[in-house]
Amino acid sequence: MNMRLSYGMGFILLFVPCSLLVAFTHYPAFKALLNSFWNNGSSIRPSRFVGARNYEALLEDDKLMQVLSNSFIYAIGTVPLAIALAIGMALLVNSRLPATGLMRLSFFLPTMLPMVAVANIWLFFYAPGIGLASQILNAFGLPSINFLGSTDTSLVSMMVVAVWKEAGLFMIFYLAALQSIPTNLKDAARLEGAGSVRIFFDVVMPLLRPTTIFVAVNALINAFRLVDHIVVMTRGGPNNSSSLLLYYIYEVTFGFRDFAYGATLTVLMVVILGFMAAIQFWVLNRKAHYQ
Amino acid sequence: MSAAGVSLEVASLAKSWGAVEVLRDVNFSIEPGGFLTLLGPSGCGKSTILRLVSGLDEVSGGQILIGGKDVARTPAAERNIGMVFQNYALFPHMTIAENISYGLKVRKVPKAEKEKAMARVAELMALGKLLDRKPAQLSGGQQQRVALARVLVSDRPLVLMDEPLSNLDAKLRVEIRSEIRSLNKKLGITVVYVTHDQSEALSMSDKVVLMNAGEVSQVGTPKELYDRPANTFAAGFIGTPPMNLLQAQDVQAPATLAPANGAGKSDVLFGVRPESLGLDAGDAGFSVNARVESLEYEGKVFLVHLITPSGTRFVVAHSGDGVPEEGSEVTANWPDAATHLFDKSDGASMDFAL
Ligand SMILES: Nc1ncnc2c1ncn2[C@@H]1O[C@H](COP(=O)(O)OP(=O)(O)OP(=O)(O)O)[C@@H](O)[C@H]1O
Ligand SMILES: [Mg+2]
Repeated sequence: MNMRLSYGMGFILLFVPCSLLVAFTHYPAFKALLNSFWNNGSSIRPSRFVGARNYEALLEDDKLMQVLSNSFIYAIGTVPLAIALAIGMALLVNSRLPATGLMRLSFFLPTMLPMVAVANIWLFFYAPGIGLASQILNAFGLPSINFLGSTDTSLVSMMVVAVWKEAGLFMIFYLAALQSIPTNLKDAARLEGAGSVRIFFDVVMPLLRPTTIFVAVNALINAFRLVDHIVVMTRGGPNNSSSLLLYYIYEVTFGFRDFAYGATLTVLMVVILGFMAAIQFWVLNRKAHYQ
Repeated sequence: MSAAGVSLEVASLAKSWGAVEVLRDVNFSIEPGGFLTLLGPSGCGKSTILRLVSGLDEVSGGQILIGGKDVARTPAAERNIGMVFQNYALFPHMTIAENISYGLKVRKVPKAEKEKAMARVAELMALGKLLDRKPAQLSGGQQQRVALARVLVSDRPLVLMDEPLSNLDAKLRVEIRSEIRSLNKKLGITVVYVTHDQSEALSMSDKVVLMNAGEVSQVGTPKELYDRPANTFAAGFIGTPPMNLLQAQDVQAPATLAPANGAGKSDVLFGVRPESLGLDAGDAGFSVNARVESLEYEGKVFLVHLITPSGTRFVVAHSGDGVPEEGSEVTANWPDAATHLFDKSDGASMDFAL
């Protein structure tokens, strides 16, 4: 094969994936950035350049402040909870208890379901009066709660769904990490007089640290990325109490068809995510390895 | 400064993993301050014995007595045993200092006392400059010394070591070997040492327990194992190269030879060490005709590999001059005193009269 032909082949082979990447990732991102400096046009009034006006609007948007605080609570709540639950489940299925195979399957099952299906299942759980959650409350003599319909409980209810769905996947990572810890490290600690709790915190947890960082990064990204259950279950309500940033962007852009402000919010979200990624990589580089 | 050693006795110890019997009727004992080696090929159950003694695994039968006390109901942490693991088992996320003092920290030893103990073992094991490093930043020999230091810092009267030198090069191995031996003597701690290297076992131990497939093959001092192997397994395991075993039909024995218990002369195997064999036809009592297969230069001696007419291979460690040529026919002979007799059917050593 001569050189020119191989260059041509190379160009063709690169062109297809690159054009897809440009068409669906880079161009839209760039376009969103541009849009955020223009106002929303219509067929009568074309959009025009407004400078930082959209960004000024961000600061006065009370709904945005609520959504940001919701997102913050959501992330702070779901990430550690999912991690703790994942570690607990991994320890359980890694133990010598009977039926660990069945446990593994049942813990992992929620992960395999699409979020929309998960949301539908939980709609039934949360159904006021007849749902599983209400029935359990009733069984203890407590009044049933309208989990999704009350501003006090809607966000927490969404967090529970997310944790339930995600912990199973993280459990798999922790299980793999647990099994790669040499047993003689635990034996050595045991001979030195450490009990199982002590061994867990002195030996196991530090060795799980790279996994924890990896899982934390993923959980945090998912906390901003996964809003399917909100679409299905609460639509951000009641009174925006369960709305998250991404859902708000969706609502502004496709509900109110305010593409300019949607683009501005998107830029805000990219900035937030980029900032968090930077922090995490910094932590990752500093702390993740000791080998 | 150190706890004197304790005695250890193991009586009819047995261990099964499900249906798999890993240890059967293991018996041995060692007095306080002694150095006992568990010797045997890979998979014979040496590590299993250590795990049972330390309490990391549960016995399936038999007794373990430490200082005369049955420890069946004593959990691992309370047996007061130190253990050096096969691959060191240093905590990778802790510094060397933290690794060594971990047990003291767990047992809430006061700070001053802890620092004194640390300083002592750091000096003993020459670890002074390494204390702030992580295990991964140490060479194999240094890691080895850390593992030893971690055990020594707690003044345990009984220390178990599972092939602690297996990852080291030959020179370092000899060095640390003598270090361990002198620690055992100096501190008076009882040591149970595991190895599959018979020369290591012979050179270090007060007592050797030779294991074969989960059973004790022979217990004795290194000299007893070398001089009087109790069976063909012991004969074939001890010595470099090990004892030759020859078929009765190849051996010209004195006519007066009478195996014990009236066994016939053809029911026995003859055992003789390569270094007891000579190639210069002297007036030694026993002889074998054989062909030279190959020669191996060993520095001090030539190892002459021979094959008998019946096809049995054996080795002569030849130290005189005049090495035979490959392919030539020779007669190898040995004196009466170097002769061992084994029962051909079960391999047990036999007495005999001449
Ligand atoms: N947890 C276990 N379950 C089943 N079998 C086991 C288990 N642990 C060890 N064994 C078996 O017990 C036998 C003895 O193992 P052990 O580790 O004591 O051997 P070893 O003498 O220390 O060998 P090496 O010199 O290779 O370390 C082996 O055949 C091994 O397969
Ligand atoms: Mg072993």
